[in-house]
Amino acid sequence: MLTKRIIPCLDVKDNRVVKGVNFLNLRDAGDPVELGALYSDSGADELVFLDITATIRSRKTIVDMVKRVAENVFIPFTVGGGIRSVEQIDELLRSGAEKASVNTAAVQNPDLISEAAKRFGNQCVVLAIDARRSKTRPGHWQVCVKAGSEPTDIDVVEWAKRGEDLGAGEILLTSMDADGTKAGYDNALNKAVSDAVNIPVIASGGAGTLDHLYDAVVEGGADAVLMASITHFGNYTITQMKEYLRDRGLPMNL
Amino acid sequence: MIVVIDYSVGNVESVCKAFRHIGCEAELSRDPARIAKASGLVLPGVAAFGYAMEALGDAAEPVKEAAESGKPILGICVGHQLLFDESTEYGPHKGLGLIRGCVVPVPPVQTVPHMGWNLVELPEGMGLFAGLGPAKHFYFAHSYHAEVSDPQATTARVDYGSLLTASVQKGNIFGVQFHPEKSSRQGLQVLKNFHALCVEREA
Repeated sequence: MLTKRIIPCLDVKDNRVVKGVNFLNLRDAGDPVELGALYSDSGADELVFLDITATIRSRKTIVDMVKRVAENVFIPFTVGGGIRSVEQIDELLRSGAEKASVNTAAVQNPDLISEAAKRFGNQCVVLAIDARRSKTRPGHWQVCVKAGSEPTDIDVVEWAKRGEDLGAGEILLTSMDADGTKAGYDNALNKAVSDAVNIPVIASGGAGTLDHLYDAVVEGGADAVLMASITHFGNYTITQMKEYLRDRGLPMNL
Repeated sequence: MIVVIDYSVGNVESVCKAFRHIGCEAELSRDPARIAKASGLVLPGVAAFGYAMEALGDAAEPVKEAAESGKPILGICVGHQLLFDESTEYGPHKGLGLIRGCVVPVPPVQTVPHMGWNLVELPEGMGLFAGLGPAKHFYFAHSYHAEVSDPQATTARVDYGSLLTASVQKGNIFGVQFHPEKSSRQGLQVLKNFHALCVEREA
């Protein structure tokens, strides 16, 4: 049986790890290479690096960072942010990443998912979805693009299903409403998506306590939990999280 | 010096990086002279079976000779699968035939690919797993696995709805289906142990 995964997320802006609340008010959390090595060594199951600047100028910077991260990280890691082509994915995988996550470009051009899946295998393609509760349709969420700044009319559950059909190997599901609040994951969202697809769902946004992690798996049906604030700022160690979840009966890599 | 066989595809360097990180010398090469001089060989786990065999090309013979000479060889993921007679992945394709068996699809009892951390019960007294205790989690990412017909070559299995081959050994030839270079501390320990086996044989 596969274990449930603990995945620290490193949002990178101008070569620093940052963390905000609801995608705003960024706070410095350290050096990406150092933090990556620290997490790799302290029991994290995977890492996610998201380039939140994602401008043309930052592309070369992020490839350099991936190379430096790969020297010191001996667990699988995903890189995302501003990825628009299979060539960019190829470059990141060659630089040492295991997986690439696509978001805005996949909404604009869904073929990006299928092209990448055909060339690198489904397991290399993570579909990242930024989800916001719909104000007009209760119980629904809308897909937001461009780092969450632009809401679309696309329904999150429908998009996740389409992503799976196109060949995504995993869904990285971020609740914009919960992000950085430490008030718990949006488990209604997690459940709606994990019930709709057969590929793993990574719950993201809102982790504040250990029982939030448990709830995301048990109530939300998530295969993995992603977190930033509660681990970067030292609230809990990876081992504390894993021991807690194991003691509550979840299969963990300890 | 450990030689990691270069298929010139994907991220073949990650195994070299892992060896260097733990202070072991390793280089990427497919030059028969380097292979002949190496203290041990690693067949890394990238690409599909047919692609990797083709990329191995004329380096296949020196690898087989090294295997017969008693030099330690470690196959990782697809590299582990290359040790067997053949594979059905986009195939059939012939393998190196160093261990009897055939590489077949992972039974679709659960989602394929089998990707993530899974628990491997480790055999006692096997040098490759020294210092790791009775069981550890390792990182797997594969859609095919080896059906081993060599008696006693299977050293560990992993439970993924059905039992899959996790590791094999036949004399100096070792194979692991998981990725030690991506399996955190326990994975690095496996590479350290392999290096120690290579050093021991040279001494």
